[in-house]
Amino acid sequence: MNLFYTATDHFVLSPAIQLAFWGCAILLLDTWLIPDPRKRRWLVPIFVLPAIVLTAIALGKQHAYLVSEGAREISAFNGALTVDGFALFFNWVFLISTLIVSIVSYRYLEIEGEHHGEYYGLILLANCGMFFLATGTDLVTLFVGLELMALCFYVMVGFLRGERRSNEAALKYLILGAFSSALLVYGFSLFYGMAGATKLSVIVKAMQGRDPWDPVLFLAMATTSVGLLFKISAAPFHMWAPDAYEGAPTTTTAYLSVASKAASIAFLLRIFLGPLDVARPAWEPLLAGVAILTMTVGNFAAITQTNVKRLLAYSSISHAGYMLLGLIAGNDTGLKGIAVYVLVYTFMNLGAFLVVIALRRQNIIGEDVADLAGLAKRHPGYALLMLVFLLSLAGIPPTAGFLGKYYIFLSLVETGHYVLAVIGTLYVAVAIYYYFRIVRSMYLDEAAADTAPLASTVGLRFAVGVSGLLTLCIGIYPEPFLRLAHTSLLK
Amino acid sequence: MDQHLLSIVLFTPLAGLAVLLFLPGENKTLIKLWANLVAFAGFLVSLPLASRFDASNGGYQFVEKAPWIPTMGVQYIIGIDGISLLLVMLTTLIGFLSILSSWTSIDERVKEYYAMFLLLQTGMIGVFVALDFFLFYVFWEIVLIPMYFIIGVWGGPRKLYAAIKFVLYTLAGSVLMLLGILTLYFQHFKQFGYYTFEVAALMRLDLPLGLQQWVFWAFFLGFAIKVPMFPFHTWLPDAHVEAPTAGSVILAAVLLKMGTYGFLRFSLPLLPKASIDQTIVQALAVLSIIAIIYGALVSLMQQDWKKLVAYSSVSHLGFCTLGIFALNPNGIAGSVIQQINHGISTGMLFLIIGVIYERRHTREIAAYGGLAHVMPKFATVFAFAMLSSAGLPLLNGFVGEFTILQGAFEASRTWAALAVTGVILGAAYLLWLYQRTMLGQVTNARNLHLPDLSPRELAVFAPLILWAVWIGVYPKPYFDVLEKPVAQLVERVRPSYFTGQVQAGLTEHRAP
Repeated sequence: MNLFYTATDHFVLSPAIQLAFWGCAILLLDTWLIPDPRKRRWLVPIFVLPAIVLTAIALGKQHAYLVSEGAREISAFNGALTVDGFALFFNWVFLISTLIVSIVSYRYLEIEGEHHGEYYGLILLANCGMFFLATGTDLVTLFVGLELMALCFYVMVGFLRGERRSNEAALKYLILGAFSSALLVYGFSLFYGMAGATKLSVIVKAMQGRDPWDPVLFLAMATTSVGLLFKISAAPFHMWAPDAYEGAPTTTTAYLSVASKAASIAFLLRIFLGPLDVARPAWEPLLAGVAILTMTVGNFAAITQTNVKRLLAYSSISHAGYMLLGLIAGNDTGLKGIAVYVLVYTFMNLGAFLVVIALRRQNIIGEDVADLAGLAKRHPGYALLMLVFLLSLAGIPPTAGFLGKYYIFLSLVETGHYVLAVIGTLYVAVAIYYYFRIVRSMYLDEAAADTAPLASTVGLRFAVGVSGLLTLCIGIYPEPFLRLAHTSLLK
Repeated sequence: MDQHLLSIVLFTPLAGLAVLLFLPGENKTLIKLWANLVAFAGFLVSLPLASRFDASNGGYQFVEKAPWIPTMGVQYIIGIDGISLLLVMLTTLIGFLSILSSWTSIDERVKEYYAMFLLLQTGMIGVFVALDFFLFYVFWEIVLIPMYFIIGVWGGPRKLYAAIKFVLYTLAGSVLMLLGILTLYFQHFKQFGYYTFEVAALMRLDLPLGLQQWVFWAFFLGFAIKVPMFPFHTWLPDAHVEAPTAGSVILAAVLLKMGTYGFLRFSLPLLPKASIDQTIVQALAVLSIIAIIYGALVSLMQQDWKKLVAYSSVSHLGFCTLGIFALNPNGIAGSVIQQINHGISTGMLFLIIGVIYERRHTREIAAYGGLAHVMPKFATVFAFAMLSSAGLPLLNGFVGEFTILQGAFEASRTWAALAVTGVILGAAYLLWLYQRTMLGQVTNARNLHLPDLSPRELAVFAPLILWAVWIGVYPKPYFDVLEKPVAQLVERVRPSYFTGQVQAGLTEHRAP
């Protein structure tokens, strides 16, 4: 037991230190250090840049260390934090999302009339929370990380103070989020009761040899998984997602739908492949049912949506279902599949939301499917990129989205889950129907009366372009990305 | 140059597309010229494939192999045998002709139109040359997107419905096919210890019948929907009728062949045990025969010219699948030749409808009559197309149908007898169509002054007519090219076929 703050501890914690420091610094700058509001407007967001660069350097050092030492992991704080391939992979994903969302937030919040510096602080602090979700290997650390992330999101979802939708969304999200956290913490307390420790490695040892159907373990499994499934918005615990997605500022929606989901998936994997691994016979059928229900609800509810944000919300619910399938398969292919899925989902889903952000202008909400009508004529570039994102979300080769689905389906075939595989594949055909509703609107429908130019800034164009390019590149030449995903294997 | 010939053929349209994107959208003539040029170049570079193809060589030719995604065992492997050679040639020719035929009929969003066509062209060629299952699947799916837009943007009144129906049907089938592919891929890993999608490697698999049957049905859904076989054909009339002329031509002439080609290239050789399984053979033969007769009967009933031709495709493709599942050299060779024939003749029929629709803007058969007096050249071309489709001796259709019937007869007399009714019905609906539209007096005053075919339109038809006559009069080169690959295919599925010992027994056993 080491009671002091060691160099290793610092090394492992450094990305979080950067994120927390700059996050707090931005809050201070915004309220206190820069008194002139006009200066504040453009000066505060700039501080996101050093935050991201320094975090990236810190992560890069960890990455380089793992590669050069050939080590599997670096453990710190007596095992409360562990940097391994898995943690690094997810941390890169979070950081990329943070970067993209920060770039596009400026103009969007201006238009909404809610441009405040604290937004950027909250984004960085949320990212800090995500860091602990991916890196934490202790129940308390994980829980604190989760709450840090969630608290930032509660505020960010309700950021449009003048808008009732946004307030309502924040409140719903808060209440359901608190409820699910409570369940989760209840499950954690049972683990503590069984193992007498909060460290995952100790709990895993304590669980070994336990009967998978042991009632206490089952209760712990049930409560923990309900809490986790809430966080990844799997059905039947998905109700908060469409409302929160629709009401939140679109930049928050984009961030929520990719980074928060990725973090929750990382959290879920740490728990299910750690303490809960022994109970696999008990949770596998349960999760299979949840996955089927999630894909069903997500896909069928998306069909009838007229609001693009809601539609993408339901589609992201269905994507959570696909990721769960990888966990159910549980072999290397499946876990690698989840990593690949998370990576490609980040780019394609962010990209789709960025196009929606571009449509938001003064007096024009731009969220209805009909608002995209004729986009192909007015802005062929955005329309083409949106087409790429949608094809990728649907999983059509040669876009990146196909690879995610490919690995998931392969893992199901390998482990003999043929029924799940058939259901999963058939929902691809259902999904294409609603994604193509957007395509139809962009390409086939006549242009809407709205002819005002898009709210397109250099930053937004850059972000959309990069997301689109990556969505295509990963699809056409995935080799380096697959290798990266391979390093993230937990087992 | 020579070792990359096939890649050049494959990527010429895509390279042309890349340039096309940078051409100014307002200059329509430039875009049309460029697209035609690229398509023509695509056809020209494919000619050496035919001239340098060695029919006496049974293996794949013009093979190219390069790693693509090593982690997944995916390679870029392309190559052709006799079967794919014919289909590639069909694709490059028909692709060029349909682009040529669009010169006047497409005037809106010209750049996007030709971009879609060129993308489609690469996708289709890719399907016929890919020898890596993953590569094949990528091309197979790529084809969906441009076709969706071609129907959806430039189509008829119900284009939105037809376009999404086409996509949903095809995709539902192809994702299940993907599961079949993944199963084989994984089985290969289990048996040989490494992952690969290479078709030649997957051929080495030894799978139990039960598993083969499952995979067969998964493939079946992918391919049968594309063909389309009864009862999966319902997307076809909608798509054909609503698509613009060139779209219908490509759809009928090439896209449907992707399904039949899939059976020949993948289902039969990879799943030999399932392919001779009596339940499967009987089921597919019955579905083929239903398609032949049902398609023909529905064609007889049509008031709409284009719908009639669309349903006739169902009937003709029924012959192709019947030939395949006769599982003997005649049936399979006839099937491939009939696939080419159908491409030529149905392609022509759709072009003919396009010509008349551009002039009169109606496809109702009753609106026409006696056109032969007004448009003699048109009537002559139509006569060629119609007779070739109906299977008149000395034209291409006869060669294919006759050989298929030979094969079917060898497999089962009942099949042959039933299929023959399709030939008779085919002649009936086509001749009746011709009679109602071309012969007699001009019934509608508005048809009196229709202009006859322009030189450009004649140029579109001429190569097809020549090709139809060539196959009809001298089909030997085609059978020569097909002989080796077809024999290998039969050998693979029925190893004892050529030794002849159990041949008689099998035939009797198969008779229902």
